[in-house]
Amino acid sequence: MNLLTCCYIIASVTFIIGLKMLSEPASARKGNLVAAAGMSVAVLGTIFLYRDDTGQQLGNYGWIFGGICIGGLIGTLAAKRVKMTAMPEMVSMFNGMGGLCAALIAVVEFDHFRRHAIIVTERTIASGMLIPLGWLIIILLGLIIGSVSFSGSMVAWGKLNGKIKDRSFKGQHLLNLLVLLAIVAEFVYLLFCFDPLLMGILFYIILVLALLYGVLFVLPIGGADMPVVISLLNSFTGVAAACGGFLYDNKVMLTGGILVGAAGTLLTVLMCRAMNRSLANVLIGSFAGGNAIAKGGEQEQGAIKEISISDAAVVMGYANRVLIVPGYGLAVAQAQHTCHELERLLEQQGVEVQYAIHPVAGRMPGHMNVLLAEADVPYDKLLEMEQANELFAQTDVVLVLGANDVVNPAAKTDPASPIYGMPVLEVEQSKTVIVNKRSMKPGYAGIDNALFSGPKTSMLFGDAKKVLQDLVTELKNS
Amino acid sequence: MNLFNWITENQQIIYIVILMIFVGIEVIGRVPSVLHTPLMSGANAIHGVVIIGAIIVMGRAEPGNYLALVLGFLAVIVGTLNVVGGFVVTDRMLEMFKRRKPKQ
Repeated sequence: MNLLTCCYIIASVTFIIGLKMLSEPASARKGNLVAAAGMSVAVLGTIFLYRDDTGQQLGNYGWIFGGICIGGLIGTLAAKRVKMTAMPEMVSMFNGMGGLCAALIAVVEFDHFRRHAIIVTERTIASGMLIPLGWLIIILLGLIIGSVSFSGSMVAWGKLNGKIKDRSFKGQHLLNLLVLLAIVAEFVYLLFCFDPLLMGILFYIILVLALLYGVLFVLPIGGADMPVVISLLNSFTGVAAACGGFLYDNKVMLTGGILVGAAGTLLTVLMCRAMNRSLANVLIGSFAGGNAIAKGGEQEQGAIKEISISDAAVVMGYANRVLIVPGYGLAVAQAQHTCHELERLLEQQGVEVQYAIHPVAGRMPGHMNVLLAEADVPYDKLLEMEQANELFAQTDVVLVLGANDVVNPAAKTDPASPIYGMPVLEVEQSKTVIVNKRSMKPGYAGIDNALFSGPKTSMLFGDAKKVLQDLVTELKNS
Repeated sequence: MNLFNWITENQQIIYIVILMIFVGIEVIGRVPSVLHTPLMSGANAIHGVVIIGAIIVMGRAEPGNYLALVLGFLAVIVGTLNVVGGFVVTDRMLEMFKRRKPKQ
């Protein structure tokens, strides 16, 4: 047992250090490995050194190793094969698995508890039955939080890969509240219920309601806000894991779980702040009713200018400074390598090229950095929003690649816009703006963008990769 | 006074919870927005410690207890999926953050 305690202490420390390192760009990758190493120590230690209260070793090694092999294999394959653009939904899926794990543990432990309770009730009613009560509370918390996290993550996963559409209806929030109240009421009732059969029924009703609540909770939230939701559910799963730690008096589960619960909550708030919105605003979903308001901006709808590939190539070729604003369109088209090629060609012609990265461009914070880094774009070419906004006034050409909401001037000028107040890239301050989009369809938030009809803006319609390739060919030939 | 007894009995755990909340907040306090997603993913892998609970459930399941055997087995699978998948996907995200040597 002593050696196991050491294993757990080591693991707890690696989690803290790992998380610390993960929050700094230079050490992030190592931090991940540190935490992974600690996790291995804790898992192996548990398998081989764990003794329960009676000094009994664990059994069923075949099952344990079988499960780990299957899970490890699927997990590795899934994580290795997933495309860059699909990583957030992968994270959501893994998070859901963690929640499911916590919920399953609760189900099994409740079963133990119930069998135990049948024998114990008569005696404990007299003695105040305190110990099982605390135990029951923890089991139920683990069950509820784990289930909500599981079903919520699955919906988030479905939304990110487009299988589930945003859906909200009148009274949605009321229904959510009712389900939540029902869960709480049953929770309380269950604590003072001594009939084993009724306890069992109530328990499974809570399970179903918690799963339902997870779905209802995530369903009305806009797809663009999924990273925030996943981060929130991530901290939920952390708390569910900590409940398991409480249950088994297992300090590493407790530290790991609470650590993630706290850090995840803060991270959720930070993500909201990056979009200049409050968490409540994200969760209640102002975007749901936003479409009606957004229509109001139509008076600005002027004529849209198109530009040809060769003209665009000339304009950029003779510029002093070009800033590229990448967005989701670039990620979808997998055009990051072509984009880098264009950047190098322009540099050879003496043009200074940099990238202006909006913190929430794409489908997750940091999406664009990761994408461009994959194409070997040097780190120092990526400007953060504040730096970029200072540079736009001295920029000749801004090339917007499949970004929309993050360059929408309505966020600054139109208080009726659902994205009003969100910091955006002020591309309209530059001399010329070239916008590449597949069509005039509005962006993720579903609102019009006055930038596209602005006097300095020209549109370059087409798939980002195709357009960039044409631009590269054009520049090479000139 | 049951509550007080309970707190006294579990004070160690309560201390851990309180301290860990502060550590968790402190540790990631100054993360740049670029790292939000990898950090979320890394944290996601860390809460995979729940796998330990699954292993304990599985390891303690009596041969005749099919509920514990089946659910425990499932819990071990999904728990491992969370841990392994979480760390691998985080590593893949961060792989792309390495600082490249300046060209020429």
